Amino acid sequence: MSQTVIEPVSESSDASTEPLLQIRDLEVGFQTQHGVVPAVRGVSLTLYAGQTLAIVGESGSGKTTTAQAIIKLLAGTGTITAGQILFEGRDLAGLSDKQMQDVRGRLIGYVPQDPMSNLNPVWNIGFQVEEAIKANNVAQGKAARQRTIQVLQEAGLSDAEDRLKQFPHQFSGGMRQRVLIGIGLSARPKLLIADEPTSALDVTVQRQILDHLGTLTRDYGTSVLFITHDLGLAAERAEQLVVMYKGKVVESGPSQEILANPQHPYTQRLVAAAPSLASRRIQSAKNDDAAGAEIFSGGSLDTTLVARAAEREPAAATQDLIKVQNISKLYRIRTKGLKYNELLAVNDVSFAIKKGTTTALVGESGSGKSTVAKLILQLESITSGQIEFDGQDVAGLKGAALLKFRRRVQPVFQDPYGSLDPQYNVGNTIAEPLLAHKIGTSADRQARVRELLDQVSLPWATRYRYPSELSGGQRQRIAVARALALKPDVLVLDEAVSALDVLVQGQILNLLTELQTDLGLTYLFITHDLAVVRLVADNVCVMQQGRIVETASTDEVFDSPREAYTQELLAAIPGGNFQFGR
Amino acid sequence: MIWYTGKRLLQMIPVFFGATLLIYFMVFSLPGDPIAALYGDRPPAPGVIDQIRAQYNLDKPFIVQYFIYIGNFFQGDLGTTYSGRPVSDVMAKAFPITARLALLALAIEAFFGILVGLIAGLRKGKLFDTSALVVSLLLISVPTFVIGFVLQYVFAVKLGWARTTVSSEAPLNELLLPALVLASVSFAYIVRLTRASVSDNLNADFVRTATAKGLSRRRVVGVHVLRNSLVPVVTFLGVDLGSLMVGAIVTEGIFNINGVGGTVYKAIKLGEGPTVVSFIAVMVVIFVLANLLVDLLYAALDPRIRYAK
Repeated sequence: MSQTVIEPVSESSDASTEPLLQIRDLEVGFQTQHGVVPAVRGVSLTLYAGQTLAIVGESGSGKTTTAQAIIKLLAGTGTITAGQILFEGRDLAGLSDKQMQDVRGRLIGYVPQDPMSNLNPVWNIGFQVEEAIKANNVAQGKAARQRTIQVLQEAGLSDAEDRLKQFPHQFSGGMRQRVLIGIGLSARPKLLIADEPTSALDVTVQRQILDHLGTLTRDYGTSVLFITHDLGLAAERAEQLVVMYKGKVVESGPSQEILANPQHPYTQRLVAAAPSLASRRIQSAKNDDAAGAEIFSGGSLDTTLVARAAEREPAAATQDLIKVQNISKLYRIRTKGLKYNELLAVNDVSFAIKKGTTTALVGESGSGKSTVAKLILQLESITSGQIEFDGQDVAGLKGAALLKFRRRVQPVFQDPYGSLDPQYNVGNTIAEPLLAHKIGTSADRQARVRELLDQVSLPWATRYRYPSELSGGQRQRIAVARALALKPDVLVLDEAVSALDVLVQGQILNLLTELQTDLGLTYLFITHDLAVVRLVADNVCVMQQGRIVETASTDEVFDSPREAYTQELLAAIPGGNFQFGR
Repeated sequence: MIWYTGKRLLQMIPVFFGATLLIYFMVFSLPGDPIAALYGDRPPAPGVIDQIRAQYNLDKPFIVQYFIYIGNFFQGDLGTTYSGRPVSDVMAKAFPITARLALLALAIEAFFGILVGLIAGLRKGKLFDTSALVVSLLLISVPTFVIGFVLQYVFAVKLGWARTTVSSEAPLNELLLPALVLASVSFAYIVRLTRASVSDNLNADFVRTATAKGLSRRRVVGVHVLRNSLVPVVTFLGVDLGSLMVGAIVTEGIFNINGVGGTVYKAIKLGEGPTVVSFIAVMVVIFVLANLLVDLLYAALDPRIRYAK
């Protein structure tokens, strides 16, 4: 980290006297053909200088809209219909575009949600940071360039100077997020609005970035407004918490107090669904059956998960359904001219999955876990090693045999938006695998679609709807239904719940466990989220840089991790050690 | 990048041979005897016809004719028309005129199309946008020759601002009106393309980020919206350069310009293989080069596109 510190602000003396930001009865509506649809309904909150406040809630709760209203960057037809946004006593809601231009960047910095789409792909990184510095008159000319390097270094890009001329697509998600944080803080604003600044990142990178943000805000006395759905993060990083539900504030106050003792029913549900908490309950259920049952009957807990946890021990099967032995995958990446760089994405990986169990493959992005999934699905060929499925070597499968294998091993991917064809209605999407494998008559297929929709708890009427009309959770259900259409033995779930809200994520995990019990499915569960692993997996393989560093049962990994890397991963879970309330 | 360019240039070779062979074959299989047609109703002595046939290699099989032609082509001899003029002379006269016309049209449609499209995209749903859409729809749906005759009547006949026909030298000022006519349809497409692209990009996340940095509206639009919006427009312009060269035939007819279109049309009617093929060959090269230029411009506009392989 850079030691050069410019104009450190020490305003902590009057921090608690006058609020930096005070929102009063804010209402935001979106203009539609059917009139104005309210998105934010009477939100009030107060943030003092040097404080950190987190707004939590599920998607659609209006938390992002509230944040965007502050800097008046509402999407589409959104307008502030009532209320005040007082920043240092000045009402931002009444400012002209020209006046807002002066506020944005200089007084209020903004770190947007999705690092992949928030940098302009056609300009280099240096240009995009320098532009912010020049626009806010922090520095000009050569000094601006110096400042650009400094800002990026402070945000955690140590080799910033060499990378200024690179373009966003040459940066990883985590690095882009750092660039965006650098831009947000480039003019040393008094308030930084950070909308899910780390939700796309691995836990360890997330911790680094949050630590950086913490240091920077401490050094310069910046207030931070976090928007997040991660309660652990809120508990760990924010002093104040505002819980939003359907456009309203349902609960607010000191964050640790609220999370330890949630009052509003919605907050209670949210807290109950937080994976780190639920997993603890499963644990306690296993250790003490009687006490466990009592806890669960009272709360909104997922009973199937508990039942499953109890069942897990006797369910130990004998037969290895998938056996992976010493597989490696080497990619050759062309650099300049005829030269190649070799990348060993998967390095001598071995593991076995027993029938009817769940094995989780965890690791950071770039650890090779998704490549392993592709190798098992036969979407990529292995460089060396052997993959056995049901006693048969699958590496050389071709034609009909490969098709038969594919019927038994089906994937579900991460992005429920990208993995469904927007032009296909739900019924056709689910029936497509049947059609591709020429199974049944049209009527048979309809019947199977009906059965599948029923299995994933969607109404029969859903079959005529299109993906764009459905929520993320519904889409992921459809992806699961499509994967189940061929009655496979194995589902390969590649980050299948990572893009979902906590509540929806809980529902899908619940669904998956139910299906596993009912249909005897075997899961290979690929994720970077350790909290989820604890909920669903029997065994865990921890991957790092293409290798498996630790293989053990879920309990062993969580209770007594052997490897330093596993310990590091566990320690990086935000709020991992925080005791949530009931 | 150099690799990519080289590869693309090498690809021109099969395209060149394929296109010329195909065109040569099509002209060869046209019904009617071109030499007999030259003499109209009074056929010359049979010996004369055979002599002319031999002179133009018409007595030989098709494939031999083609290879003789190609062989001469690479020695710089493009053959002669049946009236005895060297084809290279005809080309030297026709191509510069059409090239001037097409490039002028391209410049007009690019400049005004992008300008109008940008303003329409920024003011989506407002009066300017709606009128731009109506006008562009009108230009797309009305045939070029109608637009041509109307503009010719209004500006040349009624107002007298331009000449009704273009002189044989075809200087730029005289070509302005024909170029406007030629550009009209493409202008309409570019307006629509730019408008859609701009209004898409205005909603992009990175544009919101740019605004959140505290940039002025002018800078956000100029730096972050425009460049991203130009990528599809550039593709269109590249393909359009080719069609402008070829499609100028109607416009050239209206304004009596002796360009490529008219010359090729006459040559096809006369069954003059060498003339047609020579013109087509040059046009193929222009087309391929224009497309290559577009692909390279692409990479310049969008750094994500890198032609490594």
